[in-house]
Amino acid sequence: MSADTVAIGSEGPALEWPEARRAELDQALARYPNRRSAVLPVLWIAQREWGWIPPAAMQLVARTVELPEPEVFGIATFYTMFNLRPVGRHHLQVCRTLSCSLMGADRLFRHLERKLGIGHGETTPDGRFTLRRVECLAACGGAPCMQVGFDYHENLDEAKVDALLEKLP
Amino acid sequence: MRGPLLFSDIDTPGLASIETYRKGGGYEAASAMVGVKPPGECIDVVKASGLRGRGGAGFPTGLKWGFVPKDSPKPRYLVCNADESEPGTFKDRELMEKNPHLLLEGMILAAWAIQAHVGYIYLRGEFEYIQQILDRAIAEARAAGFLGPAVAGRGFALEIHTHLGAGAYICGEETALLSSLEGYRGQPRLKPPFPAVEGLYACPTVVNNVETLMNVPPILKNGAPWFRQWGTEKSPGTKILSVSGPVRKPGNYEVPMGLPLSTLIEEHCGGLLGGMAIKAVIPGGSSVPLLPASKLSTGLDFESMVAAGTLLGSGGVIVIDDQTCIVDALWNITRFYEHESCGKCTPCREGTYWMSEVFERLERGEGRESDIDLLSDVSDNILGKSFCALGDAAAMPVLGAIQHFRDEFEFHVRERRCLVNRRAPGLTERQAEAVPA
Repeated sequence: MSADTVAIGSEGPALEWPEARRAELDQALARYPNRRSAVLPVLWIAQREWGWIPPAAMQLVARTVELPEPEVFGIATFYTMFNLRPVGRHHLQVCRTLSCSLMGADRLFRHLERKLGIGHGETTPDGRFTLRRVECLAACGGAPCMQVGFDYHENLDEAKVDALLEKLP
Repeated sequence: MRGPLLFSDIDTPGLASIETYRKGGGYEAASAMVGVKPPGECIDVVKASGLRGRGGAGFPTGLKWGFVPKDSPKPRYLVCNADESEPGTFKDRELMEKNPHLLLEGMILAAWAIQAHVGYIYLRGEFEYIQQILDRAIAEARAAGFLGPAVAGRGFALEIHTHLGAGAYICGEETALLSSLEGYRGQPRLKPPFPAVEGLYACPTVVNNVETLMNVPPILKNGAPWFRQWGTEKSPGTKILSVSGPVRKPGNYEVPMGLPLSTLIEEHCGGLLGGMAIKAVIPGGSSVPLLPASKLSTGLDFESMVAAGTLLGSGGVIVIDDQTCIVDALWNITRFYEHESCGKCTPCREGTYWMSEVFERLERGEGRESDIDLLSDVSDNILGKSFCALGDAAAMPVLGAIQHFRDEFEFHVRERRCLVNRRAPGLTERQAEAVPA
């Protein structure tokens, strides 16, 4: 199975939503006139809960929005931000598009590869970092930039990235 | 004051809170219009202002609102396109982060004008922190009676919800955005029917960009002639330009439409970093053809840009310096479109892939004599033959680059290397020279 391939279906036990997520789910479903429209918000809730979308969570999302599981799988794979495999504690997403590239993003990415000993889409053996090259993050004025999880870090260079990584648990 | 209109108070501390926003006159336009002035009057004022869409296409906003059928028995929807994903563009992010209530007030006024009772703000997935800011602002506006069953205490109901995308450039295309909002893969739909007639859930829908909607409250408060004091006859008002690349002061700048590109770069942004000169500028996000340095006196308005062979687009100004290889820069952009093509139609899906392959060959020094014409040919077969504008966006910059920098392409084939050595400036160098905007 190649690094980008993911499997559909789950043999494991069925997942249920934790009680603590109920209010969030109800709120998401109430925003739209039908359940299908809530598929992205509900996938996001699953990813917040489990850190990625394991196959059993895909089934749970499908049950929640009342769509066939393959349909939800087709939607989840269309968008780049749903993790269909586990990711590290810190998801380093380095912009590679033109403005960042003009300001040294390629060098920054190579530095991270060397420092962490992993390449694009890979996770460090200790599960601390996942490294990914991503497309424009709308932070071109602060190029080069990266997102760690949802947090923006701009005007980066090797030293700043080193200092940032030190601080992350 | 960073700019005459939307940026006049953008850096006011605490502006994101409703108290501060109201102290500066916030929600006065909504109070004065909603339930008081007929919706048609709001549309007429916006039409008279000449406001044009700030998301990229520049379509007249009032005209778009006027397309919503008056007699439809279906509910109407207002959707704010906050999917800001056009490479080089980062204005909506700053606008929403610092002044979320101005967006809400713009949406309240637009919803009143088209008589929509539900509005959605479609944010790109990476803007999760902005969703939190907007959700807080929505709660505040609801508590203050500007959203909910009776906006401004009058008999007009309006709810606004945020909706987070999940990483797909194509969702900035309005019909793809609607597909995504309905819970499908974000793929575009055939037009017509246009969203104003059959949009979200097959109901009349207006989709407007963040900056466009934020221009609405000041226009309705101060009138069309006031708005027309800035800009040109056909492109009135101001435009927020996001400037990136090796300039001394990158960032967002609000300027009157028509300002020469050279003034923006040399005066507002302090020119280029030491020792560099401009080779080309992409004036409106990566989807538009670049302008060579000889055309920097072109005005930043819709008409002047078209006359110069490019587009104002989203206002994402990417400055390319003389040490950057144009072939490499275009390869970077082409890979973006290859990655973001939604796969629905063949010219875009296959064309962006093949263009990317040819660029890689050129950059590796394996280019063939016929490759330059091959790139033009593939571009020609994408342009105007794709399902939506993403294909055009991939093709236009390539054609523009070959037109203006054919010698660099030929050099790659002949000498099997770049004409210039790409020398990305280190940040240390940049920090030493940069002055905070």
